Amino acid sequence: MSAPTMIGPYEQTAAAKAAYDARWERIMACVRLEQPDRMPVGLHSFFWPATYGGITFKELMYDYDKAKKACFDAVMEFEPDGVFPLLLGTTLGRSLEKLEFKQLQWPGHGVGDMQPFQYLDREYMKAEEYDDFLFDPTGFYLQKYLPRVAGAFEGFDKLPSFPGLHYFRLVNGIRPFALPEVRASFDKIVAAAEEVNTMFGHHLDWTQKINAAGFPLFNGGNSIAPYDFIADYFRGATGMMKDLYRHKDKLKLVLDKAAIFISKMTIANAKAAGNPVVFIPIHWAPDAFMSPKQFEEFWWPSFRRLMMELIDADLIPMPMWESDCTKRLEVIKDIPAGKCIYWFERTDMVKAFEVLGDRVALRGNLSPSMLTTGTPTDVDAAVKHLVDNVWNKGGKLILDGAFGIPDETPVDNVRAMFGAARKYAG
Amino acid sequence: MNDMNEEEARLVEWLADMNEDDALPLAKRMLLEDGKNPMRVLDLCRAAMDIVGKRFEEGEYFLPELVLAGEMLDTIGAIAKPLIKQGDGEEVKKLGKVLIGTVHGDLHDIGKNIVSFMLDINGFEVKDIGIDVPVKTFIAEIEAYQPDVVGLSGFLTLAFDSMKETIAAFDQAGLRDKFKIMIGGGQIDETVRNYTGADAFGVNAVEAVNLCRGWTGAAA
Repeated sequence: MSAPTMIGPYEQTAAAKAAYDARWERIMACVRLEQPDRMPVGLHSFFWPATYGGITFKELMYDYDKAKKACFDAVMEFEPDGVFPLLLGTTLGRSLEKLEFKQLQWPGHGVGDMQPFQYLDREYMKAEEYDDFLFDPTGFYLQKYLPRVAGAFEGFDKLPSFPGLHYFRLVNGIRPFALPEVRASFDKIVAAAEEVNTMFGHHLDWTQKINAAGFPLFNGGNSIAPYDFIADYFRGATGMMKDLYRHKDKLKLVLDKAAIFISKMTIANAKAAGNPVVFIPIHWAPDAFMSPKQFEEFWWPSFRRLMMELIDADLIPMPMWESDCTKRLEVIKDIPAGKCIYWFERTDMVKAFEVLGDRVALRGNLSPSMLTTGTPTDVDAAVKHLVDNVWNKGGKLILDGAFGIPDETPVDNVRAMFGAARKYAG
Repeated sequence: MNDMNEEEARLVEWLADMNEDDALPLAKRMLLEDGKNPMRVLDLCRAAMDIVGKRFEEGEYFLPELVLAGEMLDTIGAIAKPLIKQGDGEEVKKLGKVLIGTVHGDLHDIGKNIVSFMLDINGFEVKDIGIDVPVKTFIAEIEAYQPDVVGLSGFLTLAFDSMKETIAAFDQAGLRDKFKIMIGGGQIDETVRNYTGADAFGVNAVEAVNLCRGWTGAAA
């Protein structure tokens, strides 16, 4: 895929186009394991644009215009080489409300106006429901999962079971659609979908505006590791950990099945977005979360298969390995060279470079505690450390925070981060 | 425990090996059919948990084993505790009191729950006061409970300031030197410990147990 430019109604000067192409090429050179003209820097965050723009976290979630301004201004000041689709990660307040979304608490809905949204780890699928999921995932979604995760879908528990409907049985079988609960669900879903369309329109408008000014989106689509998909959004943390012992065979079957539909969904979304980079936050790979044997048996096989399918579709997987994954490095090295960006949160980047430097581009990883509580001098020294020990030794490093810019980071520390990148690495 | 008979040793081994399918029926039989002293069965569980803790420290076990061990213990405890009669044996003397909670603004609890469980099975009396705990609640609970150690948990970066504020409030209330403070959670490191003024931080539940042992003078 070529550089994913969309400028819509905005003008793009020749200089902005050249800058855009140079920024995108800088990232792509890293992916190909070639030397770019300077070390690229990414801009990724959730609520930090609110801190930067002087608005509340709630305003960032609910006020599209204020959100667009804060996110646009941040891009203009820091001139990153690749920008996370900042609005898609935050301006969800109105959509969540209309969907009556239950898996998050967000400002005005369970947490204060200056707090980020937080996920509610619960068992959204019971252990005894593995068979239902395996037999008919769509039916399980419609009748069980969707009503559990969003109030707008609650009437769907009255929907008929579709497999088996046929001929006159099909005609008679649609009666539930006339039920008041089902009609109410459809009304709510349509209203929520209209809101999501509105939000998406603002996302596109903001994207076109930053593209026109010379700044590419880093990634278009997102994806998820099959294990994390089941652990986070279905079984819950403790449920999943017990399943490693109690339901290991069914778990593996579900992971294999999930890998197929996640792959299809991801490829379709990335192609629609016109951007080859796929951001994949990784939650359950850290060293502390399971043994090396469990990792190789349960976590890695379905994820590797997913990555290979994305690579075969000319996409660039960008897993973001949360926490410390040092003990996983030798295992996750098993992918073709020059096809991925591995973003590390707490894994020592120097060690990651030693093991993976000839295989993948690297991204990260200024410490969140240093960015939020340290001084610009601390930030400068941390960037210099990465430049000296990774970039200058041939590592194809894209500088960023450990998981982007933490919400509370003082703006001067972000200035120090971008300034130090230019000072030490072009 | 050196004085175990063959069957008791088997229970300890099965629990320690995560062999839930064999361990739970045996424990139930001991309690409900054989009339075994429930305090004895709980002692066997504790011996198994000592092995689990050691295997965790040695890098053989990870979080899934701690979670499953916790659940096996809960199941056996729920059967054993109603059967305990006066004179069945002394309640084991606790090593110290730990009050633990997730600081205000943060709703995460998985790590905190695992730390509470590990402290409990290692002989500490633990009071878990939940998530998103306001500063004044911490202070009221501390004044009532008189802990030896206070554990502050937090997963989000916002927890850095919540922890700092909570510890500063202990200071203002004149409580700071009455107990030790440990912090823990996904992003916690020495930088955060220094920023918040806590006495120590830990990266996992075993480190929390070791900190508490050190502070209360308990032998490992």
